[in-house]
Amino acid sequence: MRVVVAQASQRGVWDWDFALEILPDIVRGLWQTVQATLLGITIGMILGLVLALLRRSGVRLISWPTAAVIEFIRGTPLLVQLFFIFFVLPSFGITIGAFASLVIGLGIHYAAYTSESYRAGIENVVRGQWEASVALNLPPATTWTRIILPQAIPTVIPALGNYLVAMFKDAPLGAGISAGGVLLVANSIRSQTLRGVEPYTVMGILFLVVSVPAALFVRYLERKYGYERT
Amino acid sequence: MLSGNQLQALLEGTWITVQVFVFAAILGTVLSLIFGVMGLSESRLLRAISRTYVEVARGASAIVLLIWAAFALPILLGIPQVIGPLLAGIIALGINMGGYGAEVVRGGILSVPRGQTEASIALNLNAGDRLRHVILPQAVVLMVPPYGNLNIEVMKGTSLVALIALADLTFEAQNLRVQAGGGVFEDPPSTAAIFGTALVIYFILSQLIALFYRWVEGRVGGRWHGART
Repeated sequence: MRVVVAQASQRGVWDWDFALEILPDIVRGLWQTVQATLLGITIGMILGLVLALLRRSGVRLISWPTAAVIEFIRGTPLLVQLFFIFFVLPSFGITIGAFASLVIGLGIHYAAYTSESYRAGIENVVRGQWEASVALNLPPATTWTRIILPQAIPTVIPALGNYLVAMFKDAPLGAGISAGGVLLVANSIRSQTLRGVEPYTVMGILFLVVSVPAALFVRYLERKYGYERT
Repeated sequence: MLSGNQLQALLEGTWITVQVFVFAAILGTVLSLIFGVMGLSESRLLRAISRTYVEVARGASAIVLLIWAAFALPILLGIPQVIGPLLAGIIALGINMGGYGAEVVRGGILSVPRGQTEASIALNLNAGDRLRHVILPQAVVLMVPPYGNLNIEVMKGTSLVALIALADLTFEAQNLRVQAGGGVFEDPPSTAAIFGTALVIYFILSQLIALFYRWVEGRVGGRWHGART
């Protein structure tokens, strides 16, 4: 990151030149946050589906622990989970970089949420589809991949959109483990220049510029495709 | 394993966590009611104000609001000595919660059948009485489950105050990790024990909140059952 030198505190409460000067760095940081979000939601969507299927398993030795893990992940803060991944896993011989820890942490945390949406989507597929698959003698794998999931997943997409927006709002937490992103950039500008007002305000405004339209767009899709919140 | 002192440090942090949660939830609830009801006002201006608040409070995210409330707001207002980390945490998390809570309140009120409003008008109740005695008691029943979930999210969100150096549970856990790494203790606990314990404490807190709201749901649901159509 480019070092921004400013004569701290001699300027007023708000310095426009300084705010414009740091803008490019903060935009770059925001782009990292967006990247972490896009990678994180990819993991969250895939892992969430796996968790949903495991939870529906007929074998209780599989479904019960899965349900417990989902409940535990949903009941604990993402920030502490990130600390756990970044600081604890190395003592078990698994060392992951900060950015990768953030992406994995976001992915696992939101997988617990998306799995519940997938579950609702799967349960909403009408019974007759299952019965017809049995009547046609389809093997379970074919029933899932060709009959059930193609009908379940489209109904889940709006919920996934909401989680994408929610994940973007959580992604700056990566600063807690120095994982890059908009907050880490703003923090380092503050520590180098001793001015916090401009970097954090610019960060806040840019954040709104991304997250509010994204949220409105997801809501528009929800209405357009007649999805009902549950 | 954790020593007695280390466990005590975590429990002291838990007490801060509980305080931040309770005060943020109180502020968030007040804001939810104000902006939720405002969002249903007949005045277009009031609706626009409510809409703007909801979009900004939710869109800015808890973490960005928190950092801004801790490091920018006090300087912009010229009162850095008044707004400490505890107050900044409560303000930011409360405002964030209010954005989500206003939608819960609005949704709850909207789901009360229109006939209830019409009947209250026919009975000559004014707008305030209509809301207080007829609409809200019925809406509350529908608001409790999402409101309970929101409380759990706020409690989890309190962990962010560790990033503005408020000594909550997450901060204490981080602190113990640093101390253990520095060899301050003769028998340093593993980082797994520290963060594992912190996660379990958070999980217990969220389960307690969930239990509490399930209990409230049962009570409120029973009490107003006769009034629902």
